Amino acid sequence: MADISSNFLGIKSPNPFWLASAPPTDKKFNVLRAFEAGWGGVVWKTLGSQVKNVSSRYSAVDFNGGRVMGFNNIELISDRPLHINLEEIAECIRLFPDRAMIVSLMADNDRKSWHELIKKVEDTGAHGFELNFGCPHGMTERGMGASVGQDPGIAKMVVEWVMEAASIPVITKLTPNVHSVVPTGKAVVEAGTNALSLINTIQSVTGIDLDTLVPNPYVAGKSVFGGYCGPAVKPIALKMLATISQDPVTSTVPISGIGGVSTWKDAVEFMLLGSSTVQVCTAVMKHGFRIIEDLCEGLNNWMDEKGFSTINDFIGKSVPTLTHWEDLDINYHHVAHINQDKCIHCGLCYIACEDTSHQSISLTYGKPYNTYAIKEEECVGCNLCQLICPVDKCITMVVQRKGDEYVNWKEWQKRGLPLNDH
Amino acid sequence: MAIANNRLTTEQYQQNFSDIHPPFVNKSAALVEANRCLFCYDAPCTKSCPTGINVPKFIKQITTDNIKGSAHTIFISNIFGGGCSRVCPVEKLCEGSCVYNLLEEEPIAIAKLQRYATDKAIEDKWKLFDRKPSNGKKVAVIGAGPAGLSCAHVLSREGTEVTVFEKESKGGGLMTYGIAAYKVTPQFCEEEVEYITSLGGIEIKYGQELGKNISLMDLQRDFDAVYLGIGVGVARQLDIPGEDLEGVVDAIRFIYDIRTKGYPAVTVGDKVAVIGMGMTAIDAATQAKRLGAKEVTLVYRRTEAEKPCTNVELDIAKLDGCEVIWLAAPKEVKGENGKVTQLVCSRMQLGELDTNGRRSPVNTGETFTLEVDMVIKAAGQVAFETLVSGELLQNNKGKILIDTNGATNIKGVYAGGDAVNGGKEVVDAVQAGKDGAKAILSYLENR
Ligand SMILES: Cc1cc2nc3c(=O)[nH]c(=O)nc-3n(C[C@H](O)[C@H](O)[C@H](O)COP(=O)(O)OP(=O)(O)OC[C@H]3O[C@@H](n4cnc5c(N)ncnc54)[C@H](O)[C@@H]3O)c2cc1C
Ligand SMILES: Cc1cc2nc3c(=O)[nH]c(=O)nc-3n(C[C@H](O)[C@H](O)[C@H](O)COP(=O)(O)O)c2cc1C
Ligand code: SF4
Repeated sequence: MADISSNFLGIKSPNPFWLASAPPTDKKFNVLRAFEAGWGGVVWKTLGSQVKNVSSRYSAVDFNGGRVMGFNNIELISDRPLHINLEEIAECIRLFPDRAMIVSLMADNDRKSWHELIKKVEDTGAHGFELNFGCPHGMTERGMGASVGQDPGIAKMVVEWVMEAASIPVITKLTPNVHSVVPTGKAVVEAGTNALSLINTIQSVTGIDLDTLVPNPYVAGKSVFGGYCGPAVKPIALKMLATISQDPVTSTVPISGIGGVSTWKDAVEFMLLGSSTVQVCTAVMKHGFRIIEDLCEGLNNWMDEKGFSTINDFIGKSVPTLTHWEDLDINYHHVAHINQDKCIHCGLCYIACEDTSHQSISLTYGKPYNTYAIKEEECVGCNLCQLICPVDKCITMVVQRKGDEYVNWKEWQKRGLPLNDH
Repeated sequence: MAIANNRLTTEQYQQNFSDIHPPFVNKSAALVEANRCLFCYDAPCTKSCPTGINVPKFIKQITTDNIKGSAHTIFISNIFGGGCSRVCPVEKLCEGSCVYNLLEEEPIAIAKLQRYATDKAIEDKWKLFDRKPSNGKKVAVIGAGPAGLSCAHVLSREGTEVTVFEKESKGGGLMTYGIAAYKVTPQFCEEEVEYITSLGGIEIKYGQELGKNISLMDLQRDFDAVYLGIGVGVARQLDIPGEDLEGVVDAIRFIYDIRTKGYPAVTVGDKVAVIGMGMTAIDAATQAKRLGAKEVTLVYRRTEAEKPCTNVELDIAKLDGCEVIWLAAPKEVKGENGKVTQLVCSRMQLGELDTNGRRSPVNTGETFTLEVDMVIKAAGQVAFETLVSGELLQNNKGKILIDTNGATNIKGVYAGGDAVNGGKEVVDAVQAGKDGAKAILSYLENR
């Protein structure tokens, strides 16, 4: 059995899976249930200014019969009295001393408010802070949340205030509602944050009710942009995470990865791109805390199969494989191959390639079953057919290099090799 | 007890004749299934549907909440799409070639989804088709069965005025009078006919029989073209001694009674033998059992490998408790006081391949006797030879001969469905009606 325990800036947890700051972590009742279920740690629901929520807060995007491929909310930070939150945080730490307790903060935009809040929370015995510079709705209008995270200068100033007062590790949570997360990431690292986490939710309109013609979620005839999360945002989160892991400044601090993690595989992908811990929100809002079991078991089995004994053995391992386009090997070539024994004659590969790709699949009429085969000389190896094929390993991509030598785009041009030749 | 009616309670009848393939309970259930569909290209299911319904398209339309579009996709190819979703032997048609079969997975429940979309259309009386402006032509259709009405619908859509002459008092043909009651209810058949004719331009005249109160000559005079969709007639005679004893009945007649008189009124024996192994034989056997017969035995002269019904059909009969005797041919019906008491059968064995590539049964000379009080004949149906020959139509033992355009030997007279093929499925008759309409339209245009 591999060791899946985590040590994040000295904050220990039995596994690298934390609950993200959100409704699942907004009171003792939930957090105790999460700890009982086995979660390694929580980031307590953001504490800070006084707020008031509206009713009708969530909406979702379904896909092909699957529910909640993407999830959207217009909730604010914690709407419970601060002293109750603080009492409950202390109680949870007392009952589960081996779990990570991080508290998310979003104070009013002045040094004094931040210092006061930090002091009060440290008294609970919490192990770390997460600064919420990401909430995309409700708080931004008041100069908080994403409006801090979107401006590297302001973000830097706030982190400096925080670092003056904090005696426990500080994680800064980045907003994805920017063209690049790196500028703010750099600014807050330079201001002294001990770690980064990303992503918060992405601004969105999930859909419109075609009867009322009002977007979701519906609040008395109106709606607002909400924050999008869940499986749909994972690829975007991974890309943003990778840019933080690649940058020489931001990569100097540990990262907690967030955004669409639902399974142990998702979690491993975040870790391979540099996350030391992984945070989850939507997946537990959809399934409950019990998913922690497979997260741990799946991670453990995979690590055993791959021969990794601790999570540090693979964190960040895939970062160097993400390169620049111009460094890719142009001599690499592969073509599709259809295993006729596995083919169920659905024709999906054919119509995709015929209508939208390179007309590289032949159709031989049959009643009721047509036969499909690859025209290798036409195939550019785009992968489309393989991605579409509903049968596992029916279409495989077979390597047929154009040359043994590694030749990238720069070299290709230098040598005057043929262009636009397909 | 012998032959008797009123064997069961109202509840028992209801239970025995309730829908054998119930619909989806709600939208969520339909969506689970619809979302399994892979949306195949040049789909095997479509190719295996005699009317070529674009199955992947109508299923996709269910998933996009476009039920109207879905129903339209079905009806444009098959105006009996609602009835077909209940009666088609899908295991040898669309569902039989679903690609999921090749993964050893359950095929998509195509018929059930088809019913989901078409039920809504028929219940809510959606108007999915418009008629083109009048082309000034009038066509007579004989027979308001699947072939006739499918032909009429296409013709009317194209702006033709259609008059349908039907000898019975209801439309739908064997859909209404022949198909097992647990597959489709008389009420649905009526609604379906109403829905089809709600297009307009189709007038059905009931109680009008070709050869009796109308003749082809009159019709040729009064109409620009004629379509014959008269189906086939009664069950084939066995031509054995004792066939006229009381208790020997024609399966078509037996089922007709079930469909028209109400279950309690129909008489059935204690011990029933059914001759044949086609759809009709199965339907007669299962319904005899469901009416309260104690023992029902299907007698077939070949083996299971040659049977004309599908495995699914045979399973229905077996699950209903019907017995099957393979390689047995009826030799004589014996009786007392004019009533059936025994069926004597010859034991057969398989011999040479016949012209259809099936091995012919050969009499071994051995016999055995079944104690029965009722014999139902379901060894194929005979076409209306006298009627057809009387109207000077070229035919093969009553099956009307047509050319590749659906035209008979008489100019302007077209035919299709069971009347031509000798008895296939509803879905084949619907396609024949479409083909006939197409041929008539081009005939009318080029005249
Ligand atoms: C017992 C039984 C069970 C069956 N089960 C199934 C099944 O489960 N699934 C399936 O797909 N198919 C089944 N079939 C076959 C199916 O019913 C037929 O293939 C289909 O109905 C043929 O359609 P049609 O329009 O050609 O003929 P019919 O349905 O026979 O329609 C002919 C119409 O013409 C009328 N008519 C006949 N003669 C005249 C005349 N002289 N003048 C005026 N009108 C006339 C008739 O009254 C009838 O309304 C079954 C058939 C039988 C007998
Ligand atoms: C209903 C809801 C409320 C949230 N509230 C907060 C919050 O108070 N503070 C915060 O930092 N993030 C908040 N988030 C963002 C989540 O912590 C997380 O960053 C985001 O949902 C992406 O993770 P996921 O895809 O696993 O849900 C909230 C998310 C949801 C769905
Ligand atoms: S890899 Fe792309 S180009 Fe080649 S056959 Fe598949 S879809 Fe067509």
